[in-house]
Amino acid sequence: MAEYEPVLLRRVGKPNSQSIETYLADGGYGALTRAVTTLTPEQVVETIKASGLRGRGGAGFPTGLKWTFLPKNHPGPIYLCVNADESEPCTFNNRVLMEEDPHQVLEGTILAAYATRAWVAYIYLRYEYGRCFRTMQQAIQEAYAKGFLGRDILGRGFHLDVYLHRGAGAYICGEETGLIESLEGKRAWPRIKPPFPAVEGAFRKPTVVNNVETLACVTHIMDRGVEWFRSIGVPPDPRNPRDAGSYGPKLYNISGHVNRPGTVELPLGVTVRELVDKHGGGVWKGRKAKGCIPGGISMGLMTEAEFDTPLDFNGPSKVGCLGLGTGAVTVFDEQTSIADVLYNICRFFAHESCGQCTPCREGTGWMLKMADRIRRGQGRLEDLEILREIGNAIGIMPGTTICGLADGAGWPVKNAITKFRAEFEELIRRGVRREPLVGSGSH
Amino acid sequence: MSLLSEELRQKILAYVPRYPRKQAVTLPALHLVHDALRCVPRQAIEEIAELLDLHPAEVHDTMSFYGFFRDENNPLGQTRLWVCRSLACMLRGGEELLAYLSDKLGIAPGQTTADGKISLEFAECLGGCDGAPCVLVNDEHRMNVTLDRADQLLDELRR
Ligand SMILES: Cc1cc2nc3c(=O)[nH]c(=O)nc-3n(C[C@H](O)[C@H](O)[C@H](O)COP(=O)(O)O)c2cc1C
Ligand code: SF4
Ligand code: FES
Repeated sequence: MAEYEPVLLRRVGKPNSQSIETYLADGGYGALTRAVTTLTPEQVVETIKASGLRGRGGAGFPTGLKWTFLPKNHPGPIYLCVNADESEPCTFNNRVLMEEDPHQVLEGTILAAYATRAWVAYIYLRYEYGRCFRTMQQAIQEAYAKGFLGRDILGRGFHLDVYLHRGAGAYICGEETGLIESLEGKRAWPRIKPPFPAVEGAFRKPTVVNNVETLACVTHIMDRGVEWFRSIGVPPDPRNPRDAGSYGPKLYNISGHVNRPGTVELPLGVTVRELVDKHGGGVWKGRKAKGCIPGGISMGLMTEAEFDTPLDFNGPSKVGCLGLGTGAVTVFDEQTSIADVLYNICRFFAHESCGQCTPCREGTGWMLKMADRIRRGQGRLEDLEILREIGNAIGIMPGTTICGLADGAGWPVKNAITKFRAEFEELIRRGVRREPLVGSGSH
Repeated sequence: MSLLSEELRQKILAYVPRYPRKQAVTLPALHLVHDALRCVPRQAIEEIAELLDLHPAEVHDTMSFYGFFRDENNPLGQTRLWVCRSLACMLRGGEELLAYLSDKLGIAPGQTTADGKISLEFAECLGGCDGAPCVLVNDEHRMNVTLDRADQLLDELRR
């Protein structure tokens, strides 16, 4: 098979990849100009629908379809929120896009606003991305100066303002309704749905929330067309009537115990093994992998034996993971204690649970306590069963919580206990006591 | 006497036209004050509330949710150094780095050195996992901060 030529990452690493001049010279804002001057907003929505683009933020919801949920003939305002909170552990593709090529993200944002008739777009950016903040701010200023933002864009009576809004270090602000609450100036407590944001979102107005990478894809679909996008990736599984397919390119992040951590753009459906061996330079120190997290820690764990799983919207669930997630693969080698991995993951969720729902707040706390005593060699065999039960009981899927953080907290725990049971049992039987590292913090 | 300078008040008010409700300026205002004063004192909370037609309790409610903003009892030093403790960094020495820095500086995460130069923090994934172990100096990533490069970083931040 011919090598795939990157599209989203095409300019990354090239000189002046951030500037509007470079972008324009490379055909940038051509898609926007064509859309605004020759297509109605409805036609843009139809194009995105036809492309089969699914959200890259984790949930994989069809983007065009989401846009059609906005009320028809709404007097406005309608808001667009760009989800640039990117806080799923081990995920950093939005950072690469915004730091290195901000205009393709901005062009997608403007296209999405045109399609949804939004007047204002807020880019909710995690605070830690200071470089992204500065490159995006510069890009926004340049776009205003060239007339791609502001009043009467391209002389077609289309107005749009884009503002950057910086977060303050809370993972839950990535959940779309937590994001909206945070934008409104409140604590980022996710809302009970329905109403969904499309009906009642930011400032109680219809709102679309889309991820940065999703919007970068919008730019290229409007530039290169539906056929191009659908020629990449994996078509729907004919045996699964609910499968909407996994079309288009995806940015995969590779980290952990590999020789070459980084970001690669590949057609959806690449296997973990290919990512690790070919693009990540193999497992470090000549060792073998024990397993990985396949798409951010919320998606669960894979064993090395499962590395031939394709990373598309269907693959990971076939081996018991939650889904594709963010496409961020973190490998741990054969010498890593699974108890350390589990503890690290549990600590994250206990720290980041917003505390609104009792099953999530208490469940993540108890899971952390048990994972901690297991890693110190003080676990009990029945802890494994209790951990699995909690993992099964918390989340929107079992119907006990408001948002999906709890599903993501439970999944790696369930996977760890089922897939690495023998190692846990041995650790508990051996009862090795180890002192935890200084400074690792208990909260 | 107001605690917030006229300049700071104007910077806060400049955000108001961006949003349909003034409450949405809460986070931008907290960031501006926090950057300038290295903490958000109680009186500043009251003054932000006054500017945004809110009750001080509403501002405090939001502020305290994030665990990011310091109050006047624990102001930030000149540089805030965040050390990632999440999975990708942990696998490449992030925990050891945090322990080492903590030891070298003689402070626990959350504290500031006596000379007021460095505030140490632990962080969850900073989104710099391709450069694990990763730290954040204020709001800029530093990649591949292995133990042998930690002293160099501290020297630089102490200057
Ligand atoms: C706990 C939690 C955290 C999330 N964090 C993010 C995030 O950082 N970035 C993101 O784009 N989506 C995140 N999401 C998914 C969003 O809720 C939402 O589905 C997404 O932004 C929609 O955009 P998309 O359809 O373009 O993917 C998160 C979801 C949950 C439950
Ligand atoms: S599931 Fe957890 S994070 Fe989500 S709203 Fe409930 S308590 Fe908050
Ligand atoms: S795990 Fe440390 S930066 Fe992502």
